[in-house]
Amino acid sequence: MSDDQKNNLKIKSAKKMRDLMTTYYLEALTARQNNKKIAWITSGGPVEPLLAMDIIPVYPENHAAMIGASKMGEDLCVKAENMGYSSDLCSYARADISCAVVKGGPLGGLPEPDMLICCNNICGTVLKWYEVQARYYNVPLFILDTPVCHTGYSPAIAKYVETQLGEYIAFLEKICKAPFDYDKMQQVGDLSYDAQMLWQKILETAAHKPSPMSAFDAFFFLALIVTLRGTRIAVDFYQELLEEMTQRINQGIGVVPDEQHRLLWDNLPIWPKLKWLSDKFSSHNACLVADTYTSAWCGTIKYVDKSQFLKSIAEAYTRIYLNIGVDQMADQVMDMIDFYDAKGLIMHSNRSCKPYSFGQMDIMNIVSKKKGIPVLMIEADMVDPRSFSTSQIETRIDAFMEMIKQRS
Amino acid sequence: MIYAGIDIGSITAKAALIKDNTLVDTLIIRTGYNHLDAGKAVLQTLLEKNNLTRNDVKAIVSTGYGRNSIDFADKALTEIICHAAGAHFISPGIRGVIDVGGQDSKAILINENGQMDNFAMNDKCAAGTGRFLEVMANALDVQLDQLGEYSLKADKPAKISSICTVFAESEVISMIANQEKRENIIAGIHDSAAARVAILASKTHLAAPVMMTGGVAKNQGMRKALEARLGFDLIVGHLAQENGAIGAAVLASRL
Repeated sequence: MSDDQKNNLKIKSAKKMRDLMTTYYLEALTARQNNKKIAWITSGGPVEPLLAMDIIPVYPENHAAMIGASKMGEDLCVKAENMGYSSDLCSYARADISCAVVKGGPLGGLPEPDMLICCNNICGTVLKWYEVQARYYNVPLFILDTPVCHTGYSPAIAKYVETQLGEYIAFLEKICKAPFDYDKMQQVGDLSYDAQMLWQKILETAAHKPSPMSAFDAFFFLALIVTLRGTRIAVDFYQELLEEMTQRINQGIGVVPDEQHRLLWDNLPIWPKLKWLSDKFSSHNACLVADTYTSAWCGTIKYVDKSQFLKSIAEAYTRIYLNIGVDQMADQVMDMIDFYDAKGLIMHSNRSCKPYSFGQMDIMNIVSKKKGIPVLMIEADMVDPRSFSTSQIETRIDAFMEMIKQRS
Repeated sequence: MIYAGIDIGSITAKAALIKDNTLVDTLIIRTGYNHLDAGKAVLQTLLEKNNLTRNDVKAIVSTGYGRNSIDFADKALTEIICHAAGAHFISPGIRGVIDVGGQDSKAILINENGQMDNFAMNDKCAAGTGRFLEVMANALDVQLDQLGEYSLKADKPAKISSICTVFAESEVISMIANQEKRENIIAGIHDSAAARVAILASKTHLAAPVMMTGGVAKNQGMRKALEARLGFDLIVGHLAQENGAIGAAVLASRL
């Protein structure tokens, strides 16, 4: 393939996205000079009230993903282990905890927080992780407890979470020494909703054959819906990205040359090996057309009511993919298999992320039985490359692709 | 026309030649440090032995851990698909393969056309692989190929409770210190490895007739332990170790 052809395959919006993320982190790093407060918040936490109070949200998980992608994860994980943390602890937590102390990583550390907002809809580890950081920085911590919805969202859960959202507002008013700005909240809510809708539409463009983007692109473009949802920046950017994807579809541009096999990815990305994995699947003309991870940031939009944004996000934030029962997770995976016409499922058994990896064997069995498609489980870690055995994983992926080719 | 298969494993390199859908000959040599040299040597020696030259070979498929080092092969395929093809070639009625290799063990489900329907491999752990047996043979001061013979003489197989190869080795060393009979320890080791491999067979729903391939198939103690775990007999051909190379040659004929 010529360089021109390769350039044609590249998604042009990537440069703008990098610039926006740089600006976002520069603003966060200079927040103190501009008399702005910083809140560290978990990736699945309700960020919109922070924006309504003009607080800059910073995401240790997004930062840890950057650490992983920059191949700085091993060093920081080892430093955390030297501090006494177990190598079984989540590598995002290890990377963040040691980074706070040594000021390492691609940014030289995150800006110090004025408060910590922890929502346990993604895992239980964040509770202890944020407690550690609250002690280290000596700042207040707000915990939003979202019970697991094994079978559904009950009135008791609704009342419990909605009450806590009220406490969250009171917590912010106390720290900011100002009344909550409900008008601004409405604007932020509208923008958050619009960005999630756009993100969903972008991901759905991958249903087209050939797919204009892959899960590897979604892993990259995800950063904005995580860090800047609720802002005009995210809405404008995703509008442009959606236009670019639509244009690629119209021009018949697929991200994987000569796409022949469509696969679904489950669990977080393996950040330090993204390029290797992307090249590996491309070499088999296989495109990872969708994943269960990036869709989490628009997966519960059906529960959001723009006219009652604050009240409705109690349900939306509680019913995310990682906080529901395994049967419901399997249903979502099967819906995606149908929608994207995936012919195989790759499950990353992620040593770090226990809640994501725990039910995978059941989901694997349900999907194989009901959809009759092959499933491959690969063992690795989202940040720590010591859990990645290249030759083992290569043989498994090659054999899996040989099997898929035989079937088709 | 001749088709060749080359299987570069971590310990041995194997080659096989087929002509008109019939096996011509096979050869096994030590892999050594250089995969490409081993691949060249095993093929060249096998060709010379059969009064053939490279010009007689229409296509070559390489497989095994060193498959991508064989730059003169027409295609590199994994040992999983090759073992499936090899087993089907040797015995078309086979519906499953258990291959215990040096680095990996795998269970492969085969359909009536000889294609693999599913496979499972050991997770990120050496337990249940040939390497596990090699470590234990060293600890017990026994040659690897004698393990089978010893274990058949066991009267009360020992129980190895650790799954981890390193911890299992410590356990074996404690047993040696307690002067347990070597035969019983070895039988325990085989059962421990067989338990891991049986999980793979269960994951892929293997059912008889199943062929055991790979070098470890020659170990009768391991085979017996596996059969006890699986609840059915395994078919072991005299070319079990060469099966991957044979499958590679079969797939070369279909390129």
